[in-house]
Amino acid sequence: MRYINRKPGPVLATFLALLPFALVLVAYMIGSEMRLAENPADKLLPAPSTIVDTAQRLFSEPDKRSGRILLWHDTAISLQRLGIGVAISAFIGLGAGLLIGLFPHIRAGLAGFIAVISMVPPLALLPILFIVFGLGELSKIVLIVIGITPFLIRDLSQRVIEIPREQIVKAETLGASSFVIALRVALPQVLPRLIQAVRLSLGPAWLFLIAAEAIASDLGLGYRIFLVRRYLAMDVILTYVIWITFLAFVIDFLLKKLSKRAFPWMEEGL
Amino acid sequence: MSFVSVRDVFQSYGKRPILERVNVEVDEGEFISIVGASGCGKSTFLRLLLAQETPTRGTISIDGNPPAVEPNPERGVVFQRYSVFPHMTIRENVVAGESFAQPLGRFFGADRRAARDRADTVLERIGLAHVADQYPSTLSGGMQQRLAIGQALTAKPRILLLDEPFGALDPGTRLQMHDFLMELRAETKMTVFMVTHDLTEGFKLGDRVLVFDKPRWDPTDPEAFGATITYDFDARDGGIPFQRLTEETHVPVPA
Repeated sequence: MRYINRKPGPVLATFLALLPFALVLVAYMIGSEMRLAENPADKLLPAPSTIVDTAQRLFSEPDKRSGRILLWHDTAISLQRLGIGVAISAFIGLGAGLLIGLFPHIRAGLAGFIAVISMVPPLALLPILFIVFGLGELSKIVLIVIGITPFLIRDLSQRVIEIPREQIVKAETLGASSFVIALRVALPQVLPRLIQAVRLSLGPAWLFLIAAEAIASDLGLGYRIFLVRRYLAMDVILTYVIWITFLAFVIDFLLKKLSKRAFPWMEEGL
Repeated sequence: MSFVSVRDVFQSYGKRPILERVNVEVDEGEFISIVGASGCGKSTFLRLLLAQETPTRGTISIDGNPPAVEPNPERGVVFQRYSVFPHMTIRENVVAGESFAQPLGRFFGADRRAARDRADTVLERIGLAHVADQYPSTLSGGMQQRLAIGQALTAKPRILLLDEPFGALDPGTRLQMHDFLMELRAETKMTVFMVTHDLTEGFKLGDRVLVFDKPRWDPTDPEAFGATITYDFDARDGGIPFQRLTEETHVPVPA
Protein backbone atom coordinates (compact mmCIF):
# COMPACT_ATOMS: atom_id res chain seq x y z
CA MET A 1 0.00 0.00 0.00
CA ARG A 2 1.30 3.46 -0.83
CA TYR A 3 2.30 5.63 2.08
CA ILE A 4 -0.06 8.42 0.94
CA ASN A 5 -2.99 6.01 1.40
CA ARG A 6 -2.08 4.78 4.86
CA LYS A 7 -4.00 6.46 7.64
CA PRO A 8 -3.21 6.33 11.36
CA GLY A 9 -5.85 4.93 13.73
CA PRO A 10 -7.25 7.17 16.50
CA VAL A 11 -4.76 5.96 19.14
CA LEU A 12 -1.75 6.29 16.86
CA ALA A 13 -2.99 9.70 15.67
CA THR A 14 -3.16 10.98 19.25
CA PHE A 15 0.28 9.57 19.96
CA LEU A 16 1.69 11.22 16.81
CA ALA A 17 0.05 14.52 17.74
CA LEU A 18 1.64 14.47 21.20
CA LEU A 19 5.01 13.16 20.04
CA PRO A 20 6.56 16.49 18.90
CA PHE A 21 5.59 18.16 22.18
CA ALA A 22 7.13 15.30 24.15
CA LEU A 23 10.28 15.39 22.02
CA VAL A 24 10.78 19.11 22.58
CA LEU A 25 10.20 18.67 26.31
CA VAL A 26 12.65 15.77 26.52
CA ALA A 27 15.28 17.66 24.50
CA TYR A 28 14.91 20.61 26.84
CA MET A 29 15.16 18.43 29.92
CA ILE A 30 18.32 16.75 28.64
CA GLY A 31 19.89 20.11 27.80
CA SER A 32 18.90 21.57 31.15
CA GLU A 33 20.21 18.49 32.98
CA MET A 34 23.56 18.71 31.20
CA ARG A 35 24.07 22.39 31.96
CA LEU A 36 22.94 22.10 35.57
CA ALA A 37 25.27 19.12 36.12
CA GLU A 38 28.18 21.28 35.07
CA ASN A 39 27.06 24.41 36.93
CA PRO A 40 24.19 24.15 39.46
CA ALA A 41 23.82 27.97 39.39
CA ASP A 42 23.24 28.02 35.62
CA LYS A 43 20.32 30.28 34.73
CA LEU A 44 20.07 29.69 30.99
CA LEU A 45 18.10 26.43 30.96
CA PRO A 46 16.34 26.16 34.35
CA ALA A 47 15.04 22.73 35.31
CA PRO A 48 11.35 22.11 34.52
CA SER A 49 10.69 21.82 38.24
CA THR A 50 12.12 25.32 38.76
CA ILE A 51 9.86 26.65 36.03
CA VAL A 52 6.82 25.04 37.65
CA ASP A 53 7.77 26.58 41.01
CA THR A 54 8.28 29.99 39.40
CA ALA A 55 4.98 29.70 37.55
CA GLN A 56 3.18 28.88 40.77
CA ARG A 57 4.74 31.90 42.41
CA LEU A 58 3.96 34.21 39.48
CA PHE A 59 0.35 33.14 39.22
CA SER A 60 -0.47 33.28 42.93
CA GLU A 61 1.90 35.45 44.94
CA PRO A 62 1.42 39.22 44.96
CA ASP A 63 4.30 41.55 44.21
CA LYS A 64 6.04 42.67 47.43
CA ARG A 65 6.13 46.34 46.55
CA SER A 66 2.71 46.89 44.95
CA GLY A 67 0.82 44.01 46.54
CA ARG A 68 -0.65 43.01 43.17
CA ILE A 69 -0.25 39.76 41.34
CA LEU A 70 1.67 41.20 38.41
CA LEU A 71 1.07 38.39 35.95
CA TRP A 72 -2.68 38.89 35.96
CA HIS A 73 -2.30 42.64 35.60
CA ASP A 74 0.16 42.13 32.76
CA THR A 75 -2.25 39.73 31.10
CA ALA A 76 -5.25 42.03 31.48
CA ILE A 77 -3.54 45.09 30.05
CA SER A 78 -1.94 43.14 27.19
CA LEU A 79 -5.20 41.46 26.24
CA GLN A 80 -6.94 44.83 26.36
CA ARG A 81 -4.40 46.37 23.99
CA LEU A 82 -4.55 43.35 21.70
CA GLY A 83 -8.35 43.25 21.77
CA ILE A 84 -8.83 46.93 20.99
CA GLY A 85 -6.17 46.88 18.28
CA VAL A 86 -7.52 43.77 16.58
CA ALA A 87 -11.13 44.98 16.86
CA ILE A 88 -10.32 48.31 15.23
CA SER A 89 -8.35 46.55 12.50
CA ALA A 90 -11.14 44.06 11.87
CA PHE A 91 -13.66 46.88 11.62
CA ILE A 92 -11.55 48.89 9.18
CA GLY A 93 -10.59 45.76 7.26
CA LEU A 94 -14.20 44.70 6.84
CA GLY A 95 -15.43 48.12 5.76
CA ALA A 96 -12.58 48.81 3.36
CA GLY A 97 -12.66 45.24 2.07
CA LEU A 98 -16.34 45.52 1.17
CA LEU A 99 -15.90 48.91 -0.47
CA ILE A 100 -12.84 47.84 -2.48
CA GLY A 101 -14.33 44.50 -3.43
CA LEU A 102 -17.70 45.82 -4.56
CA PHE A 103 -17.12 49.28 -6.02
CA PRO A 104 -14.81 49.51 -9.05
CA HIS A 105 -14.15 53.21 -8.49
CA ILE A 106 -12.96 52.69 -4.93
CA ARG A 107 -10.96 49.66 -6.06
CA ALA A 108 -9.28 51.73 -8.76
CA GLY A 109 -8.42 54.38 -6.20
CA LEU A 110 -7.38 52.32 -3.20
CA ALA A 111 -6.21 48.84 -4.22
CA GLY A 112 -2.77 49.99 -5.41
CA PHE A 113 -2.35 52.29 -2.44
CA ILE A 114 -3.12 49.50 0.04
CA ALA A 115 -0.76 47.15 -1.80
CA VAL A 116 2.08 49.67 -1.35
CA ILE A 117 1.17 50.60 2.23
CA SER A 118 1.08 46.96 3.28
CA MET A 119 4.78 46.73 2.35
CA VAL A 120 5.81 49.34 4.94
CA PRO A 121 7.42 47.48 7.84
CA PRO A 122 5.26 48.53 10.82
CA LEU A 123 8.08 48.17 13.35
CA ALA A 124 10.09 50.73 11.41
CA LEU A 125 7.27 53.18 12.10
CA LEU A 126 7.32 52.51 15.83
CA PRO A 127 9.60 55.47 16.71
CA ILE A 128 7.30 57.76 14.76
CA LEU A 129 4.29 56.37 16.62
CA PHE A 130 5.97 56.95 19.98
CA ILE A 131 6.80 60.53 18.98
CA VAL A 132 3.36 61.27 17.56
CA PHE A 133 1.12 59.35 19.97
CA GLY A 134 3.28 59.38 23.06
CA LEU A 135 4.33 56.39 25.14
CA GLY A 136 0.83 55.57 26.42
CA GLU A 137 -1.74 53.04 25.27
CA LEU A 138 -2.48 54.76 21.99
CA SER A 139 0.87 54.17 20.30
CA LYS A 140 0.74 50.44 21.11
CA ILE A 141 -2.77 50.05 19.76
CA VAL A 142 -1.91 52.07 16.67
CA LEU A 143 1.08 49.81 16.02
CA ILE A 144 -1.16 46.74 16.04
CA VAL A 145 -3.69 48.49 13.79
CA ILE A 146 -1.03 49.61 11.32
CA GLY A 147 0.53 46.19 11.43
CA ILE A 148 -2.44 44.00 10.58
CA THR A 149 -5.02 46.25 8.90
CA PRO A 150 -3.44 46.21 5.40
CA PHE A 151 -3.41 42.42 5.44
CA LEU A 152 -7.05 42.30 6.55
CA ILE A 153 -8.11 44.79 3.89
CA ARG A 154 -6.32 42.91 1.14
CA ASP A 155 -7.62 39.54 2.24
CA LEU A 156 -11.22 40.65 2.68
CA SER A 157 -11.40 42.67 -0.54
CA GLN A 158 -10.12 39.57 -2.35
CA ARG A 159 -12.81 37.47 -0.67
CA VAL A 160 -15.49 39.94 -1.74
CA ILE A 161 -14.22 39.84 -5.32
CA GLU A 162 -14.35 36.04 -5.17
CA ILE A 163 -18.10 36.00 -4.45
CA PRO A 164 -19.51 34.43 -7.63
CA ARG A 165 -20.64 37.08 -10.10
CA GLU A 166 -23.80 35.03 -10.58
CA GLN A 167 -24.92 35.81 -7.04
CA ILE A 168 -24.43 39.54 -7.50
CA VAL A 169 -26.31 39.49 -10.82
CA LYS A 170 -29.06 37.43 -9.25
CA ALA A 171 -29.42 40.01 -6.47
CA GLU A 172 -29.57 42.77 -9.08
CA THR A 173 -32.41 41.00 -10.89
CA LEU A 174 -34.24 40.84 -7.57
CA GLY A 175 -34.07 44.62 -7.45
CA ALA A 176 -31.30 44.99 -4.86
CA SER A 177 -29.44 48.30 -4.71
CA SER A 178 -25.65 48.47 -4.26
CA PHE A 179 -26.24 49.04 -0.57
CA VAL A 180 -28.52 46.02 -0.22
CA ILE A 181 -26.02 43.86 -2.13
CA ALA A 182 -23.27 44.98 0.25
CA LEU A 183 -25.45 44.47 3.32
CA ARG A 184 -27.30 41.28 2.48
CA VAL A 185 -25.11 39.42 0.00
CA ALA A 186 -21.48 40.43 0.51
CA LEU A 187 -21.30 41.23 4.24
CA PRO A 188 -22.74 37.98 5.61
CA GLN A 189 -20.55 35.97 3.28
CA VAL A 190 -17.29 37.68 4.25
CA LEU A 191 -17.93 37.64 8.02
CA PRO A 192 -16.64 34.07 8.37
CA ARG A 193 -13.70 35.09 6.19
CA LEU A 194 -13.11 37.96 8.56
CA ILE A 195 -12.82 35.56 11.47
CA GLN A 196 -10.40 33.41 9.49
CA ALA A 197 -8.32 36.44 8.55
CA VAL A 198 -8.29 37.66 12.16
CA ARG A 199 -7.12 34.23 13.28
CA LEU A 200 -4.26 34.40 10.81
CA SER A 201 -3.32 37.94 11.84
CA LEU A 202 -3.30 37.20 15.57
CA GLY A 203 0.30 36.02 15.34
CA PRO A 204 1.54 39.33 13.89
CA ALA A 205 -0.73 41.20 16.33
CA TRP A 206 1.02 39.55 19.30
CA LEU A 207 4.38 40.31 17.71
CA PHE A 208 3.59 44.01 17.41
CA LEU A 209 2.10 44.13 20.89
CA ILE A 210 5.13 42.59 22.55
CA ALA A 211 7.52 44.72 20.51
CA ALA A 212 5.74 47.90 21.56
CA GLU A 213 5.53 46.81 25.19
CA ALA A 214 9.18 45.81 25.24
CA ILE A 215 10.31 49.26 24.19
CA ALA A 216 8.11 51.58 26.21
CA SER A 217 5.64 50.42 28.84
CA ASP A 218 5.27 49.90 32.55
CA LEU A 219 2.88 46.96 32.47
CA GLY A 220 2.18 44.14 30.06
CA LEU A 221 3.39 40.67 29.17
CA GLY A 222 6.02 41.93 26.73
CA TYR A 223 7.24 44.55 29.19
CA ARG A 224 7.72 41.92 31.92
CA ILE A 225 9.69 39.58 29.66
CA PHE A 226 12.07 42.32 28.62
CA LEU A 227 12.34 43.59 32.21
CA VAL A 228 13.39 40.27 33.74
CA ARG A 229 15.75 39.66 30.82
CA ARG A 230 18.12 41.98 32.67
CA TYR A 231 18.37 39.43 35.49
CA LEU A 232 18.63 36.50 33.09
CA ALA A 233 15.48 35.16 34.77
CA MET A 234 14.84 32.47 32.20
CA ASP A 235 12.32 30.73 34.47
CA VAL A 236 10.11 33.85 34.42
CA ILE A 237 10.58 34.42 30.71
CA LEU A 238 9.71 30.82 29.87
CA THR A 239 6.63 30.95 32.09
CA TYR A 240 5.46 34.09 30.29
CA VAL A 241 6.21 32.61 26.87
CA ILE A 242 4.22 29.47 27.66
CA TRP A 243 1.39 31.61 29.08
CA ILE A 244 1.30 33.83 25.97
CA THR A 245 1.30 30.78 23.72
CA PHE A 246 -1.55 29.32 25.71
CA LEU A 247 -3.56 32.57 25.53
CA ALA A 248 -3.01 32.84 21.77
CA PHE A 249 -4.05 29.23 21.29
CA VAL A 250 -7.21 29.70 23.34
CA ILE A 251 -8.19 32.85 21.42
CA ASP A 252 -7.64 31.04 18.13
CA PHE A 253 -9.68 28.07 19.32
CA LEU A 254 -12.54 30.29 20.51
CA LEU A 255 -12.64 32.16 17.20
CA LYS A 256 -12.80 28.85 15.35
CA LYS A 257 -15.70 27.71 17.56
CA LEU A 258 -17.43 31.05 17.09
CA SER A 259 -17.12 30.77 13.32
CA LYS A 260 -18.63 27.29 13.36
CA ARG A 261 -21.47 28.33 15.63
CA ALA A 262 -22.31 31.65 13.96
CA PHE A 263 -22.08 30.50 10.34
CA PRO A 264 -23.62 27.06 10.12
CA TRP A 265 -23.94 27.40 6.34
CA MET A 266 -20.15 27.55 5.89
CA GLU A 267 -18.34 24.47 4.81
CA GLU A 268 -15.74 23.12 7.18
CA GLY A 269 -12.48 25.11 7.00
CA LEU A 270 -9.08 24.94 8.68
CA MET B 1 -45.11 45.39 -31.54
CA SER B 2 -43.63 42.27 -30.03
CA PHE B 3 -42.86 41.81 -26.36
CA VAL B 4 -39.11 41.31 -26.52
CA SER B 5 -37.47 42.90 -29.48
CA VAL B 6 -33.83 42.40 -30.40
CA ARG B 7 -32.76 44.71 -33.20
CA ASP B 8 -29.50 44.55 -35.11
CA VAL B 9 -27.46 43.50 -32.11
CA PHE B 10 -23.68 43.24 -32.51
CA GLN B 11 -21.35 42.31 -29.72
CA SER B 12 -17.59 42.17 -29.85
CA TYR B 13 -14.89 41.88 -27.21
CA GLY B 14 -12.07 44.11 -28.33
CA LYS B 15 -11.64 43.41 -32.04
CA ARG B 16 -13.12 39.95 -31.82
CA PRO B 17 -16.73 39.80 -33.00
CA ILE B 18 -18.98 37.41 -31.07
CA LEU B 19 -22.43 38.22 -32.35
CA GLU B 20 -23.39 39.81 -35.64
CA ARG B 21 -26.68 41.30 -36.75
CA VAL B 22 -28.94 39.40 -34.36
CA ASN B 23 -32.60 40.16 -34.93
CA VAL B 24 -35.44 38.41 -33.20
CA GLU B 25 -38.93 39.28 -32.07
CA VAL B 26 -40.54 37.32 -29.27
CA ASP B 27 -44.17 37.42 -28.17
CA GLU B 28 -45.26 37.44 -24.57
CA GLY B 29 -45.53 33.96 -23.09
CA GLU B 30 -43.27 32.25 -25.62
CA PHE B 31 -40.66 29.74 -24.49
CA ILE B 32 -37.49 30.25 -26.47
CA SER B 33 -34.78 27.61 -26.45
CA ILE B 34 -31.35 28.76 -27.52
CA VAL B 35 -28.97 26.11 -28.79
CA GLY B 36 -25.65 26.06 -30.59
CA ALA B 37 -22.10 24.78 -30.40
CA SER B 38 -19.73 25.91 -27.66
CA GLY B 39 -18.38 29.40 -28.24
CA CYS B 40 -21.14 30.36 -30.68
CA GLY B 41 -22.28 33.26 -28.54
CA LYS B 42 -25.44 31.86 -27.03
CA SER B 43 -24.31 32.65 -23.50
CA THR B 44 -23.23 36.10 -24.66
CA PHE B 45 -26.71 36.57 -26.09
CA LEU B 46 -28.22 35.62 -22.74
CA ARG B 47 -25.94 38.08 -20.93
CA LEU B 48 -27.13 40.75 -23.34
CA LEU B 49 -30.76 39.88 -22.63
CA LEU B 50 -29.88 40.04 -18.94
CA ALA B 51 -28.28 43.46 -19.51
CA GLN B 52 -25.18 42.20 -17.71
CA GLU B 53 -23.42 43.42 -20.86
CA THR B 54 -24.52 46.11 -23.27
CA PRO B 55 -24.29 45.38 -27.00
CA THR B 56 -21.72 47.30 -29.05
CA ARG B 57 -24.47 48.03 -31.54
CA GLY B 58 -28.21 47.54 -31.62
CA THR B 59 -30.89 47.48 -28.94
CA ILE B 60 -32.80 44.98 -26.86
CA SER B 61 -36.04 46.16 -25.34
CA ILE B 62 -38.71 44.47 -23.28
CA ASP B 63 -42.29 45.60 -23.66
CA GLY B 64 -41.19 48.79 -25.42
CA ASN B 65 -39.10 49.95 -22.46
CA PRO B 66 -35.75 51.66 -23.16
CA PRO B 67 -32.78 49.25 -23.32
CA ALA B 68 -31.45 48.40 -19.85
CA VAL B 69 -27.86 49.17 -18.89
CA GLU B 70 -27.69 46.83 -15.89
CA PRO B 71 -29.64 43.81 -14.62
CA ASN B 72 -33.00 44.86 -13.20
CA PRO B 73 -36.16 43.23 -11.85
CA GLU B 74 -37.67 43.05 -15.36
CA ARG B 75 -35.45 40.03 -15.83
CA GLY B 76 -35.28 36.97 -13.66
CA VAL B 77 -32.34 34.63 -14.02
CA VAL B 78 -31.27 31.13 -13.06
CA PHE B 79 -27.70 30.10 -13.71
CA GLN B 80 -26.24 26.62 -13.82
CA ARG B 81 -24.72 27.23 -10.36
CA TYR B 82 -24.51 29.92 -7.66
CA SER B 83 -28.07 31.10 -8.22
CA VAL B 84 -29.13 30.93 -4.57
CA PHE B 85 -27.57 32.63 -1.59
CA PRO B 86 -25.67 30.07 0.50
CA HIS B 87 -25.84 32.09 3.72
CA MET B 88 -29.64 32.25 3.80
CA THR B 89 -32.05 29.47 4.65
CA ILE B 90 -34.35 28.15 1.93
CA ARG B 91 -37.20 30.31 3.19
CA GLU B 92 -35.02 33.42 3.45
CA ASN B 93 -33.90 32.81 -0.11
CA VAL B 94 -37.49 32.95 -1.32
CA VAL B 95 -38.29 35.97 0.84
CA ALA B 96 -35.19 37.66 -0.65
CA GLY B 97 -36.98 37.52 -4.01
CA GLU B 98 -39.26 40.24 -2.69
CA SER B 99 -37.31 41.89 0.09
CA PHE B 100 -34.14 42.75 -1.83
CA ALA B 101 -36.00 45.56 -3.54
CA GLN B 102 -36.58 47.20 -0.12
CA PRO B 103 -34.21 49.98 1.01
CA LEU B 104 -32.57 47.78 3.64
CA GLY B 105 -33.08 44.51 1.79
CA ARG B 106 -35.47 43.11 4.39
CA PHE B 107 -39.04 43.39 5.64
CA PHE B 108 -40.04 44.37 9.16
CA GLY B 109 -43.07 43.68 11.35
CA ALA B 110 -46.28 42.69 9.63
CA ASP B 111 -44.72 42.87 6.15
CA ARG B 112 -42.15 40.36 7.32
CA ARG B 113 -44.75 37.88 8.51
CA ALA B 114 -46.78 38.34 5.33
CA ALA B 115 -43.69 37.77 3.19
CA ARG B 116 -42.86 34.63 5.17
CA ASP B 117 -46.35 33.30 4.59
CA ARG B 118 -46.12 34.01 0.88
CA ALA B 119 -42.72 32.33 0.82
CA ASP B 120 -44.17 29.28 2.52
CA THR B 121 -46.84 29.11 -0.17
CA VAL B 122 -44.14 29.22 -2.84
CA LEU B 123 -42.13 26.55 -1.02
CA GLU B 124 -45.22 24.38 -0.82
CA ARG B 125 -45.70 24.82 -4.55
CA ILE B 126 -42.12 23.96 -5.48
CA GLY B 127 -42.02 21.07 -3.02
CA LEU B 128 -39.40 22.44 -0.63
CA ALA B 129 -41.62 23.18 2.38
CA HIS B 130 -40.07 20.36 4.40
CA VAL B 131 -36.58 21.90 4.18
CA ALA B 132 -37.59 25.55 4.64
CA ASP B 133 -35.20 26.14 7.54
CA GLN B 134 -32.18 24.40 6.06
CA TYR B 135 -29.35 25.96 4.11
CA PRO B 136 -28.99 25.44 0.35
CA SER B 137 -25.79 23.40 0.71
CA THR B 138 -27.88 20.60 2.21
CA LEU B 139 -30.07 20.38 -0.90
CA SER B 140 -29.53 18.22 -3.96
CA GLY B 141 -28.71 19.92 -7.26
CA GLY B 142 -32.29 19.57 -8.53
CA MET B 143 -33.76 21.04 -5.36
CA GLN B 144 -31.33 23.96 -5.50
CA GLN B 145 -32.40 24.72 -9.06
CA ARG B 146 -36.07 24.49 -8.11
CA LEU B 147 -35.36 26.95 -5.31
CA ALA B 148 -33.51 29.24 -7.73
CA ILE B 149 -36.46 29.22 -10.13
CA GLY B 150 -38.93 29.82 -7.30
CA GLN B 151 -36.81 32.68 -5.98
CA ALA B 152 -36.52 34.28 -9.43
CA LEU B 153 -40.28 34.06 -10.01
CA THR B 154 -41.03 35.58 -6.60
CA ALA B 155 -39.60 38.86 -7.85
CA LYS B 156 -42.23 38.79 -10.64
CA PRO B 157 -39.94 39.38 -13.64
CA ARG B 158 -41.27 40.06 -17.14
CA ILE B 159 -38.94 37.51 -18.70
CA LEU B 160 -37.14 34.54 -17.18
CA LEU B 161 -33.63 33.73 -18.37
CA LEU B 162 -32.23 30.26 -17.81
CA ASP B 163 -28.53 29.65 -18.48
CA GLU B 164 -28.13 25.88 -18.83
CA PRO B 165 -30.22 25.47 -15.70
CA PHE B 166 -30.19 21.69 -15.76
CA GLY B 167 -26.67 21.21 -17.11
CA ALA B 168 -25.26 19.97 -13.81
CA LEU B 169 -28.11 17.56 -13.04
CA ASP B 170 -28.32 13.82 -13.64
CA PRO B 171 -30.69 12.66 -16.42
CA GLY B 172 -33.48 11.48 -14.10
CA THR B 173 -33.55 14.71 -12.11
CA ARG B 174 -33.43 16.61 -15.37
CA LEU B 175 -36.65 14.95 -16.56
CA GLN B 176 -38.35 15.84 -13.27
CA MET B 177 -37.17 19.41 -13.65
CA HIS B 178 -38.65 19.52 -17.18
CA ASP B 179 -42.05 18.56 -15.81
CA PHE B 180 -41.65 21.08 -12.99
CA LEU B 181 -40.76 23.86 -15.40
CA MET B 182 -43.61 23.00 -17.80
CA GLU B 183 -46.14 23.10 -14.94
CA LEU B 184 -44.83 26.40 -13.60
CA ARG B 185 -44.92 27.83 -17.08
CA ALA B 186 -48.48 26.73 -17.67
CA GLU B 187 -49.42 28.49 -14.43
CA THR B 188 -47.52 31.73 -14.91
CA LYS B 189 -47.49 32.16 -18.73
CA MET B 190 -43.98 33.46 -18.31
CA THR B 191 -41.81 34.44 -21.26
CA VAL B 192 -38.74 32.24 -20.98
CA PHE B 193 -35.35 32.17 -22.68
CA MET B 194 -33.36 29.03 -22.02
CA VAL B 195 -29.81 28.38 -23.17
CA THR B 196 -29.11 24.67 -23.37
CA HIS B 197 -26.58 22.21 -24.76
CA ASP B 198 -29.20 19.52 -24.95
CA LEU B 199 -31.08 19.63 -28.26
CA THR B 200 -33.76 17.22 -27.06
CA GLU B 201 -34.38 19.42 -24.04
CA GLY B 202 -34.51 22.51 -26.24
CA PHE B 203 -37.13 21.04 -28.57
CA LYS B 204 -39.12 19.41 -25.78
CA LEU B 205 -39.53 22.58 -23.71
CA GLY B 206 -39.38 25.34 -26.28
CA ASP B 207 -42.05 26.88 -28.49
CA ARG B 208 -39.24 28.12 -30.67
CA VAL B 209 -35.69 26.93 -30.94
CA LEU B 210 -33.12 29.52 -31.96
CA VAL B 211 -29.88 28.12 -33.33
CA PHE B 212 -26.76 30.23 -33.07
CA ASP B 213 -24.00 29.60 -35.59
CA LYS B 214 -21.48 31.43 -37.71
CA PRO B 215 -22.93 32.06 -41.17
CA ARG B 216 -19.54 33.10 -42.52
CA TRP B 217 -16.43 31.09 -41.84
CA ASP B 218 -12.88 32.02 -42.75
CA PRO B 219 -10.79 28.83 -42.47
CA THR B 220 -7.59 30.87 -42.08
CA ASP B 221 -9.09 32.99 -39.32
CA PRO B 222 -11.90 31.22 -37.48
CA GLU B 223 -12.50 34.20 -35.23
CA ALA B 224 -12.92 36.73 -38.00
CA PHE B 225 -16.72 36.58 -37.98
CA GLY B 226 -19.31 36.41 -35.26
CA ALA B 227 -22.35 34.20 -34.88
CA THR B 228 -25.98 34.97 -35.41
CA ILE B 229 -29.32 33.19 -35.37
CA THR B 230 -29.16 30.81 -38.32
CA TYR B 231 -32.40 28.89 -37.71
CA ASP B 232 -35.59 29.77 -35.93
CA PHE B 233 -37.58 26.56 -35.58
CA ASP B 234 -41.20 26.28 -34.63
CA ALA B 235 -40.98 23.61 -31.96
CA ARG B 236 -44.65 23.55 -30.96
CA ASP B 237 -46.78 20.48 -31.60
CA GLY B 238 -43.91 18.10 -31.01
CA GLY B 239 -41.71 19.90 -33.51
CA ILE B 240 -43.98 19.09 -36.47
CA PRO B 241 -44.55 22.37 -38.28
CA PHE B 242 -47.58 23.63 -40.16
CA GLN B 243 -50.06 22.08 -37.71
CA ARG B 244 -51.80 25.35 -37.10
CA LEU B 245 -52.32 26.70 -40.59
CA THR B 246 -55.90 27.67 -40.98
CA GLU B 247 -57.01 27.98 -44.54
CA GLU B 248 -58.72 31.23 -45.39
CA THR B 249 -61.87 29.91 -46.99
CA HIS B 250 -63.74 33.20 -47.17
CA VAL B 251 -66.87 31.42 -46.06
CA PRO B 252 -68.84 33.49 -43.58
CA VAL B 253 -68.81 31.80 -40.19
CA PRO B 254 -72.26 31.82 -38.63
CA ALA B 255 -72.02 33.78 -35.42
